[in-house]
Amino acid sequence: MAALSINNVCKTYANGTDVLKGINIAINDGEFLILVGPSGCGKSTLLNMIAGLDDISSGDIAIGNKRVNELSPKDRDIAMVFQSYALYPSMTVRENISFGLEIRKTPKADIDATVKRVAEMLQITHLLERKPGQMSGGQRQRVAMGRALARNPAIFLFDEPLSNLDAKLRVEMRTEIKLMHQRLKSTIVYVTHDQIEAMTLGDKIAVMKDGIVQQFGSPQDIYDNPANLFVAGFIGSPSMNFIPATVVQSGSDIGVKICDDNGCVVLPLPHDKAKLAAFVGKEVIFGIRPEQITDARTAYREGLPVMACHIDVIEPTGPDTLVFVSLNNTKVCCRTHPTEAKYPGESMDLVFDVSKAVLFDPQTEARIV
Amino acid sequence: MFKNLTVGRALVYAALLLMAIYYLLPLYVMLTTSFKSLDDIREGNMLALPQLWQGGAWSKAWAEACTGVECNGMQGFFWNSIKMTLPAVAISTLLGAINGYVVSMWRFRGSDALFTMLLVGCFIPFQVVLLPMAQLLGLLGLANTTAGLVLVHVVYGTAFTTLFFRNFYITVPDELVKAARIDGAGFWTIFFRILLPISGPIFVVCIIWQFTQIWNDFLFGVVFASGESQPITVALNNLVNTSTGVKEYNVDMAAAIIAALPTLFVYMVAGRYFVRGLTAGAVKG
Repeated sequence: MAALSINNVCKTYANGTDVLKGINIAINDGEFLILVGPSGCGKSTLLNMIAGLDDISSGDIAIGNKRVNELSPKDRDIAMVFQSYALYPSMTVRENISFGLEIRKTPKADIDATVKRVAEMLQITHLLERKPGQMSGGQRQRVAMGRALARNPAIFLFDEPLSNLDAKLRVEMRTEIKLMHQRLKSTIVYVTHDQIEAMTLGDKIAVMKDGIVQQFGSPQDIYDNPANLFVAGFIGSPSMNFIPATVVQSGSDIGVKICDDNGCVVLPLPHDKAKLAAFVGKEVIFGIRPEQITDARTAYREGLPVMACHIDVIEPTGPDTLVFVSLNNTKVCCRTHPTEAKYPGESMDLVFDVSKAVLFDPQTEARIV
Repeated sequence: MFKNLTVGRALVYAALLLMAIYYLLPLYVMLTTSFKSLDDIREGNMLALPQLWQGGAWSKAWAEACTGVECNGMQGFFWNSIKMTLPAVAISTLLGAINGYVVSMWRFRGSDALFTMLLVGCFIPFQVVLLPMAQLLGLLGLANTTAGLVLVHVVYGTAFTTLFFRNFYITVPDELVKAARIDGAGFWTIFFRILLPISGPIFVVCIIWQFTQIWNDFLFGVVFASGESQPITVALNNLVNTSTGVKEYNVDMAAAIIAALPTLFVYMVAGRYFVRGLTAGAVKG
C-alpha cells in the first residue's frame, strides 16, 4: 500500500492535442480515489499514465515516495482491472491469476497458496479450471479482480470495471469493491463516468472535464459545495436545477426573483451579503437541488420561503415523487413525499430550502456563493 | 423435401448443380483419362469410363516420364516443391504473425506508414519484381537454388501474411496487452503466451493461402530455378510440352493430378477452419 501524488501532470499527443492540462492530485495511503467525468475528459489517460501504459509529457507521478515517471508498468507495483476484464482467453482462471506471479518468478508453492486465498476471498474456487469464454460477465469481473488481488500491489487501478455489467450486478459488485477496500485498506484509483459510483465508492473524488480537474474533494463536499456549474450539474441524480434569475434587493434582504404563471416571489438568500451585493440587478444562475424544493411535511425547518407552483408532470419513484414545475421558464425538478405530491394541473405549495442553494456566474460558470 | 420446392428454389438448385458440374467435369476427365490406356483414349469417348483400369500412367508420371532431356518423372521435382514450400510457408507465416503483432499492438511513430507500404506489396505484380529479384539472388549467390526460391516467396508472401495477422490482431482488445504488460510480461512473452494461443484460425487461413500460392507458383519457379532445383509446376509444364514420340495424355493427366495433390490435401485437412478463420476474428474476452 502506498500514497499517490500527481504533480502538474500534462499530456500532449504528437498531433498537438492537449488531453491533460496540469493535473494535481494527492491521496494518502489507503484512500479510494475516484476519477470521474464525461467521456473524453482525460480520466482514462490519466489512469494509463499512473499505470505506465502512457508516457507523461510533463509533471511527476509518485507512488509512495518514489517518482515513477520512467518506470515500466511492471516495476510500478500496481495492478489494474479493465473494463473489458482483459482476461487471457487461452488460459484458465487459475492460469490467469497466477500469470503475473509466474512472470515475477514467485515460487510455485506461494503461487498456489495465493491463488487459493484469492479464489476463496472472491468465491471463485469452483471456476478455477474454467476458461474466460465459459463464464458470465460477473464471474469474469471477479476473476479480473482476483488477478489484481493476487499481486498484492501498492496501488489498485480500476478502469470503469463495472460498466459492462447489468444494473443489478453492478450495484452488487459496487458494494463488494467497497467491502474489499474496507477490509484490505488498499489504495485505489478508480475511473468511472457514473457519478453514483463516484459518490458511493470514493474517499476523494476528482471531477474532470477537458483535461482539467474541476474539483477535488470528498464526495459530500463536492455534492454540497460544487466549485462550478459543471460539477454541480454532473454530480447528483436527478441533477441540480439551474434557474436563470435576477438578484434583487428587498428591504434588508438580498434574494433571487423567481416567477411562474401566477406571479413572482423573491427568495431571500442567507449567504454572505457582501458577496451578493455586487450582483444586485444582475442575472445569475440559481442552483438548487431537487431535495431542497419539497413539500411542507418533508421540509424540516420552519420559516423557509414557500411558493405555490403549478405542476406540469410528476414522476413517482417509490420513496419519493419527483414533481416538475416551471420557474422562470425553466423546468425545475422537486423531490417530494409521495403522499404529499399533487397531480399535474394542480397547484402545490413548495418549500425552498435556500440555505444550500448556490449561485453561478452565467458567463464564467464559476461559483458566486 | 420437394414439398417446399418453389420455382425460385428450383432455379437456385439448378444453378448450383450446373456450377458443380462445371467444376467437377474436368477433374472427372483427368481422373478417368489417367487410368486409361493410350488405345482406350484414342478410340473411346472422352467422358467414358476406362475399359480397363490401369495404373501404369501414374507410375510412369512419377518415375519415368521425360521432362526435357531427363526422364526421371515428377518425383524429384515433387520433393523440390516440398523443400521450397514448407520453409517458405513457415517463415512467411511466422514473420507475418510478428509483423501483424507489432503493427497492431505496438504502435510506434511511422507504424501506420510501414503497414501501408507493406499493403502496397500485396498489389505488386509478379512480373515487376522479376529483374530486381534476379539481380539480388545473383548477388546473394542464391540463383538457381531452392533456398533462393524460398527467399523470393518469403519476401513476396510477407505482405499478405502481415495483412492477415494485422487484421486479426486489430480485433483483439488492446487491454489484453496492457494487462499483460502490467503483469510484467515483455514483448515476446505477450506474443507467445497471450496472442499465439488464440491465433489458431488465422494461422490456418494464412497457411492455406501461402501453401496454395507458393506450391502453385509457376513464374518464379521458371525464372529463378533451373534443372535440378525446379519446382513441380515447371516440371509439369516441361513434361506436357516434351515433344518426342507419342502424346501420352494419360501420363500428362496423372502428372497434373500429382502436382495438385498437396494443395487438395491441405484444403481437405484444414478447409473447414478456413471459412471459420476468415469470418472469425473477434475474440470474446
